[in-house]
Amino acid sequence: MKKTMKILAGAGAIAASVLTATAAQAADTIKVGVLHSLSGTMAISETTLKDTVLMMIDEQNKKGGLLGKKLEAVVVDPASNWPLFAEKTRELIEKNNVDVIFGCWTSVSRKSVLPVIEELNGMLFYPVQYEGEESSRNVFYTGAAPNQQAIPAVDYLLSKDGGEAKRIVLLGTDYVYPRTTNKILRSYLHSKGIMDADIMENYTPFGHSDWQTIVADVKKFASAGKKTAVVSTINGDANVPFYKELGNQGIKAEDIPVVAFSVGEEELAGLDTKPLVGHLAAWNYFMSVDAPANASFIKTWKTFIKDDKRVTNDPMEATYIGFKMWTQAVEQAGSTDVDAVRQAMYGQTVKNLTGGTAVMNTNHHLSKPVLIGEIQDDGQFDIVWKTDGEVVGDAWSDFLPESAKLTADWTFPWVCGNCEKPLYAAQ
Amino acid sequence: MLSKTLAMRWLVVLSVFIGLGFGSSTPAHADEFSDAVQALNADNNTDKAAAIEALSATGDERAATVLSALLNGTLFYRQSDGLVVLSKESGNVTILIDPSTMNEVADVSGSEAKKIRINNKLRGQLKGVLGALTLLSKDADKRQNAADEVFKANDPSMLPVLQKAIARESDPDVKGRMLRAQAAIILEYSEDTAARLKAAQTLGEFTDPDISALLGKIANTSTDPEVKKLAKDMQDSVEGRLAAWSFLGNLFQGVSLGSVLLLAAVGLAITFGVMGVINMAHGEMVMLGAYTTFMVQDVIRTHFPAAFDWSLAIAVPAAFLVTGAVGILVERGIIRWLYGRPLETLLATWGLSLMLQQLIRTLFGPTNQEVGNPSWMSGAIETSTGLVLTYNRIWIIVFSLAVLGMLALVTRKTMFGLQMRAVTQNRAMANSMGIRSGWVDALTFALGSGIAGMAGVALSQIDNVSPNLGQTYIIDSFMVVVFGGVGNLWGTLVGAFSLGIVNKFLEPYAGAVLGKIFVLVGIILFIQKRPRGLFALKGRSVEG
Repeated sequence: MKKTMKILAGAGAIAASVLTATAAQAADTIKVGVLHSLSGTMAISETTLKDTVLMMIDEQNKKGGLLGKKLEAVVVDPASNWPLFAEKTRELIEKNNVDVIFGCWTSVSRKSVLPVIEELNGMLFYPVQYEGEESSRNVFYTGAAPNQQAIPAVDYLLSKDGGEAKRIVLLGTDYVYPRTTNKILRSYLHSKGIMDADIMENYTPFGHSDWQTIVADVKKFASAGKKTAVVSTINGDANVPFYKELGNQGIKAEDIPVVAFSVGEEELAGLDTKPLVGHLAAWNYFMSVDAPANASFIKTWKTFIKDDKRVTNDPMEATYIGFKMWTQAVEQAGSTDVDAVRQAMYGQTVKNLTGGTAVMNTNHHLSKPVLIGEIQDDGQFDIVWKTDGEVVGDAWSDFLPESAKLTADWTFPWVCGNCEKPLYAAQ
Repeated sequence: MLSKTLAMRWLVVLSVFIGLGFGSSTPAHADEFSDAVQALNADNNTDKAAAIEALSATGDERAATVLSALLNGTLFYRQSDGLVVLSKESGNVTILIDPSTMNEVADVSGSEAKKIRINNKLRGQLKGVLGALTLLSKDADKRQNAADEVFKANDPSMLPVLQKAIARESDPDVKGRMLRAQAAIILEYSEDTAARLKAAQTLGEFTDPDISALLGKIANTSTDPEVKKLAKDMQDSVEGRLAAWSFLGNLFQGVSLGSVLLLAAVGLAITFGVMGVINMAHGEMVMLGAYTTFMVQDVIRTHFPAAFDWSLAIAVPAAFLVTGAVGILVERGIIRWLYGRPLETLLATWGLSLMLQQLIRTLFGPTNQEVGNPSWMSGAIETSTGLVLTYNRIWIIVFSLAVLGMLALVTRKTMFGLQMRAVTQNRAMANSMGIRSGWVDALTFALGSGIAGMAGVALSQIDNVSPNLGQTYIIDSFMVVVFGGVGNLWGTLVGAFSLGIVNKFLEPYAGAVLGKIFVLVGIILFIQKRPRGLFALKGRSVEG
C-alpha cells in the first residue's frame, strides 16, 4: 500500500514538472484552440475548417506572429459527439490555456459549448450560417444569420428575376436549424401574402437517402398551376441523394427552382452537377467570385492543402474573417485577454474576399453582403443576384413576434444579449 | 375577340414562320440578325429577354443555333469589343465562331471570351421560343420536344405556328402532343365557347397532372358556366385516372426501397443469418465496395475514358474480391476466436467498423467522393401520367434480385454451398465427414462480405460515397434479417420488400420521420409474437 502511494506521488511529481514545463513554454506562444470534428458524421464538413484555421495560423506566423509571439494551434477532436464539444471546450480553456477557440458547425454543438464558454469566460468564433435567436457575450458569429441568407433568398424567389414563385416548399432535416429557419420563413411568407395553403413543409432524418416519395410529392404540389419553388435546409449527407433524385426525376430548375442554404462548393464536389444547372444557393461567399483577394485566398489554400482540386466555401471565408478580426483586435488591445479583445472587436473591419468590408457589430454578428448563385455544370456557382451593400446580421428575427422585441447589444448601456430594455438605462 | 396586344404577338410569330419558310439570308437580313445577336450581350436580364424575343422575331434560320447555344452556355462575348461568338469544342481546343458568318473568329484567345450568363427565367423563355422555332424541324424527336415545350409555355402567340405544324405532322404521337398544346392554349385564351368546350374535351382524354392543374384553374376562374362545368367534369376524370397511376408510382417506390434494403441485408443474411455472427462491421463492407467503385472509376476516367459506361461491370467483381478478401482476414484474424461469444463479437466488430471508417477517412479524406452514373443508369422513363421510373432504381431492383438468385444457386447447387449448409446444421457431423469446417467458416464469411461489397457498388449510385455510408444501412440490414427470419434467404427477400412497400405507403401520410418510427414499432410488436421472424429455420444460431 505504502509502495503504491510512493509511486503515485512520484508520478504526480513528474506530471507536475511536465505541466510546468509546458506552462513555461506556453508563455512564448499564443495558443489558438481548434474545436472541429475530425471523425464522425460532421467530419465531412468540419475537417476543412480545421485546415483553414491551421492555414491562417501558418500565414500569421510567416508574418512574424502576433504581439511578437508565435501562434500555436491546439487541435482537439470532439468526434461529432455533442456533449464531447463541451468537455473539449473545458479541456482547451482550463488545461491548455488557449486564448481563443475557433470551432463548431452544427447548432446543437454550439449550444452544448455555450454554458462552458460563458462560465470560463472564453472566446469562441463560430463560422457557420445558423438560425439566429441567440447572442452570447463569449461568442462571435461570423456566419450568416437568417436575415443574411434565408430572407434575401426568399425575396429573390418571389421577385421577377427569380420567377415570381407563388407556392413554396420548405424541405429540411429534422433539427433545430431548419425548424427555426422555417418558422421565420413561414411568418415572412405570410407577410408577403403567401398563405398556409401554398406552403408545404417537410422534415426528414439526418442522412435520409430515399427521396423518391418526397420529390414526387413536390412535383405533385407544383402541378397546381402556380409557380412553385423549393427552399431547402437539408443538411449534410442527405443532399447528395436528394439532388440525384431531383436530376433523375427530371425536375429542371426553370420549372421548380431549389434554393439551398447548406449546399456549397464542397457538397457539390461529390456530384455530377449537369442535371442540376440553375438550382440555387444563397451564401455570403462563392468560390467563383472574381476578385483579387479571393484569387489569392484560393491559391494559398490549394498550396497549403497540396491538392489542386480542393474548393473553397462560405464557412471558410467566415473563418478567415473571424481569424483576421481576432488578430487585429489582439493587436489593438495589446493583449490576448478575453475582455480586452472583446472590447476591441466592436467595429473591427476586414475586407471580404468577395469585395466590400465586413464589420463586427455590437450584437456579435457581422455585416456581410448576400449573394445568390446558380449551380453550373462544373460544380461552381454563377452569381445571379447580390445585395447592394452589406446586410447587418440580426441576432433576433424581426419576423417572430416574441423575438422582434429583443435586442442584442454588448456595449453600454445595453450590455445584454436578449433584453427588452438596456441594463444600465438612465433612470 | 382577342385583345389587340395578343393579335400583335400573333403577327410577330406569323412573320417568324414566314421568315422560317422563305428566310434566305439577304444582306439586309444579315445585318438585322447580327444586330439582334449582338443585343444578347446586354447588362441586365430584362434587356436580354427582349433581345431573345427580337432575335426569334428576325425569323432567321440561324437564330435557333444561337439561342440553343445561349441555353447550353456556349455563347460567349469578346471582352475587348463585346462581339458575341459561339464556342465549339474541337478536340481539346475551344474555337470561337462568328454566328453571322459561321466563320472562325481569328485572334481571340479562350480566356478573353466570357460566357453570356442567363438565369432560370431566361432559360424557361428560351425553351419556349426554341420550341416554337423547332416545331417544324425535320427531326421527329425535336418536334416532340418542341411540342412539349410549347405546351409548358402555354403562350397564345405560338398558336399559328402550332396550327401550321399540326397540319403538316405525320407522326401520330407527336401530333397528339401538338393537339394537347393547342387545346391548352385555346382553353385558356380563346373566347369562343364552342372551341373551348372542344378543347376541354380533348384535354380530358390525357392523363397528366399538368392538364389536371390547367382544367382545375379554368374550373375555378372561368366566367363561362358551360366551360366551367365541363372543365370540372374533365378534371375529375383525369384525377381519377391519375390516382391509379399514383398508386403504381408508390408501389414502384416501395419495391425500389425494398431492393435497396435487400441488397444491404443479403450479405448480412449470410454472416449473421447463417453463421450467427453479430457483424457490426457489415455496413463498412458495403462502404468498402462503394470505395472500390470509386477507385475503378478513377482509373477508368484517367486511362480509358471511353469505357466509362462499363465501369460498374468491372467494379462489381472487383468489389466482391476486395471485400471478400477483407472478410477472410477479419474471420481468420478476429471472429474465429470469438465463436459462441455474441457480446464480444458485437463489441469487436463494432470497434472494427470504427477503425475501417477512420482508415478510409485518413486515406481518402472525409469529403464525399464523386461516383458517376453510367449513361444507361441516368435519367428516367417518364410517362406523361406523372409516373417516373428512374433507370438507376430499375437497375438496382434487377441487380438485387440477380444477386439473391446467384446466392441461392451457390448455396443449393454447389459443393461449397452443400458444405456450408452441413456445417451450419451440424458442425460435429460435418467435421467427422472430412469437411474442414474452419475454412468453410472463413469462406462463408468472405461470401457474405463480398456480397456486401457488391451491394456497395449499387448503393454508390444512389447515395453519397463517404466514410459514413455503411452506418446508414447497418440498422436497416439487421431489421430486415431479423424480421424475415434469421438464416433464411427467402425470408430476407420477403422481409425487405414488405418493409420497403409498407414504408413507402406510410410516408405520404405520416412523413419520413414518423413513417420510419411506425415501421420500427410494428417490427418490435411482430417480433414479440414471432421471435424467429417470418420464416424460422433451424441452424447454428437457433441452437446457440
